Amino acid sequence: MLRLFAHAQYDFIGLRRWAYGLSALLILPGLVLLLVRGLNYSIEFTGGTFLQVEAARSVSTAQLRAALEGAGIVGSEIQTFGADTVYAIRARIGQTGDASTQSVVEAVGRALDAAVGADAYRIVRTEGVTPKVGGELQEKAIMAILFSFVVTLIYLAARFEWRFGVAAVFATAHDIAATIAFIRYLDLEVSLVVVAAVLTIVGYSLNDTIVIFDRVRENLRKFRRQNLYEILNLSVNETLPRTILTGGTTMMTALALAFIAGEVIRPFSLVMAFGILVGTFSSIYVAAPVLLWIERRWPGQDVRGARAYAGPDFAPGTTSGAVPAPATGGRPKAAV
Amino acid sequence: MKSLRYRMIVIVSLLVLSVLQLLPRRVTQRVFDAQAGRMKDTAVRRVPISLGLDLQGGIHLALEVDESKGPVADCSDAIRRAERVVRTRVDEFGTTEPVVQVVGECRLVVELAGEKDPGRAKQIVQKTAFLEFRITDMKNLFRDALPGIDAELRRAGVRGGQPGAVSAVSQLFSQDTTKQGTADTTAGANAPGALSAVLFQGQLPGEYLVPEEQVSHAESLLARPEVAAGLPRGIELRWGTETESRGARPYRALYALEDRPIITGDELTKAAARRDQVNNHSVVTFDLTRRGSRKFCEATGRHVKDYMAIILDGRVQGQPPIINDQICGTGQIDLQNKPLTEAQDLALVLRAGALPAPLQIVEERAIGPSLGADSVRAGVRAGVFAVALVILVMIAYYRLSGALAVAALAMYVLFTLGGLSMFGFTLTLPGLAGFALSIGMAVDANVLIFERIREELQLGKTVRLAVEEGFKHAMSAIIDSNTTTALTALILYLVGTGPVQGFAITLLTGIFASMLSAVFVTRTFFLVWLQRRPAMVTLSV
Repeated sequence: MLRLFAHAQYDFIGLRRWAYGLSALLILPGLVLLLVRGLNYSIEFTGGTFLQVEAARSVSTAQLRAALEGAGIVGSEIQTFGADTVYAIRARIGQTGDASTQSVVEAVGRALDAAVGADAYRIVRTEGVTPKVGGELQEKAIMAILFSFVVTLIYLAARFEWRFGVAAVFATAHDIAATIAFIRYLDLEVSLVVVAAVLTIVGYSLNDTIVIFDRVRENLRKFRRQNLYEILNLSVNETLPRTILTGGTTMMTALALAFIAGEVIRPFSLVMAFGILVGTFSSIYVAAPVLLWIERRWPGQDVRGARAYAGPDFAPGTTSGAVPAPATGGRPKAAV
Repeated sequence: MKSLRYRMIVIVSLLVLSVLQLLPRRVTQRVFDAQAGRMKDTAVRRVPISLGLDLQGGIHLALEVDESKGPVADCSDAIRRAERVVRTRVDEFGTTEPVVQVVGECRLVVELAGEKDPGRAKQIVQKTAFLEFRITDMKNLFRDALPGIDAELRRAGVRGGQPGAVSAVSQLFSQDTTKQGTADTTAGANAPGALSAVLFQGQLPGEYLVPEEQVSHAESLLARPEVAAGLPRGIELRWGTETESRGARPYRALYALEDRPIITGDELTKAAARRDQVNNHSVVTFDLTRRGSRKFCEATGRHVKDYMAIILDGRVQGQPPIINDQICGTGQIDLQNKPLTEAQDLALVLRAGALPAPLQIVEERAIGPSLGADSVRAGVRAGVFAVALVILVMIAYYRLSGALAVAALAMYVLFTLGGLSMFGFTLTLPGLAGFALSIGMAVDANVLIFERIREELQLGKTVRLAVEEGFKHAMSAIIDSNTTTALTALILYLVGTGPVQGFAITLLTGIFASMLSAVFVTRTFFLVWLQRRPAMVTLSV
């Protein structure tokens, strides 16, 4: 039988300081860059007009820009979009003045008439958003993330206990910061759909963290003598095959979407793929160490699982303590 | 093994339900008929999953009351007036299921799937509402002119019995709708004329009913020059808005009206609905300006006992009420025993005409149908690739158990699509991506279970016990992790808009379907397997 990492005994938690360094290295420059240059928000957030144009033949963006400026739209962003003959034109409010969507569409039409000829192009997508709506959307996205934190904290406090909740939320916040840094590095456009990807990462990261925490909860009851450090290592190692397999399939799906499913969805897929990676990483290297840190800072009976877990319906069972000593041989002997 | 049989029954019925939901069925679509230049109904066979605008192409508009020319006092009432107006107009679009919806307090969202021309859409949506009151054709001038029009049509080569029509015998032109089909033919010769064949006399003078399935045919007839030429002077035809049922058949009302309004929306100042304390009737009261009052007073004085049609943007709203008395200053429309909601709607129509709310577009998206089709193709391709990959990994890694999980995964796909179809959820491009992603996540539950079974086997437990314990111990992780994901998806749905909501819905449906398939279906497969091979010592996991 094919088994990956069957009896893994890696000292994951021992490497946590290296992991902190790695996280800091990834996140901090990204956040600095963010403060300096901000994010590349889509017109959904900034307000303005977006046009996607398919032309029969390729035109240089400089030529298009000249034609647009001739038509009175100055300061628009013009990029090719996936293919050579597909262009994305963004006219942001503020940068291009208060030109209405109607006037931008007309100007682009005139510019394209001049540049490629009247029947040699099609406008396949138009989006026009006023700044007011953009501001509302930004507010909503932040609300959604904060709200999901609160709900998670409450749920985990009820199902596990508050320390687990705090650790999971901390890991999730780490993932969001890392993902934002990633978006900044690649200069991806932050659209509503990318925000949805970030929120899905919140869900995925929590999912992954909880699988490990569930094992921690179980092991805490099973091995009452061991300290948390060992139990965390044991739990991470025991769930490692699942982490690799699930993370792997989901990640491959995200990459398939990124490279097959077309330009429109690409930023979403790239962000998802990165989020899965960082979500898996943070479950091991942020959530678990934070739990350990909280336990050392505020040692309590609860983390030891002394509080009998009451939930007979689908609990691993308080009887699991009766299972004879583990024959897994997977008990790490790492020193603290 | 009663529980096993019960499990199989549940699985099979869920499967049947999902497949039934996904069978292509006939859907009526209103499409633009280029030849006739107007809308017509056609039936199309397609899989009943509604696609979002980003996948089928179309126009999304968000509108607010335009306050650039002075503040508008009550924006929520203004937007409801606008909604009422836009609703009567969306018929002009070639759209299957137009969405006209008030979102939040003061925003109106209009979604027109399949519409290509944003300019036209915006123009029609933003056009100022026009309300008028007109007296119906009390002298039945139109009815008297019908034989002449029919003759003209016949001369132009239009035959009476068009294909698909009801047999000539039932197409009687009767004055009394209660005895439809028995009255005498006034429409001339043996064969009924082309136009009169589709018209039935309604309850009041000037009201005619057209069977719903013949509305588009009637529209094309009315568009012909012969009809315009044959109409009596001073009479115009206007369609009603509602479809009403007489017997088992739905009818659309067509009204013959005087061509001059006795009053227009400008002259109205207020309108409100209430319930009359005395007779418990639903009534709408309205106030008129001084000038309007004078005009209305004079006109209603001449038209006591006549019927007065209320027309918004060229469409007659509800059934024209009778004028009981001369009305000056303040009028009252008595809807008798009709529900109060109908009176409220009529009051809204009057207010919409009185105080047209200028609309400003705050958000617009137009997606070309070709782009949508491209997105569907690319999304499906990525999905197929992802599924193939997952199947490969699962079978290679877990062998026979993996194959069972793949079978459960197939059901997962069916359940999710069936669920989307059943609850009428809309599939968007991010939704499609979410679906592809959730396939990756759907195996997670199975992976958790299989890994647990392996661990239990490692502890030296028997196959039966290991399977039992594996499912039992994996359950808490599966439930806790899926619940948190579902909670975040729910928040996304509540906070998000449009495409993001589509994504959240797909994710939510996917989570439920994956719990069902991974936990219940795979478990059943294992039970069947173990029952067939009770002596199994090694498990292919």
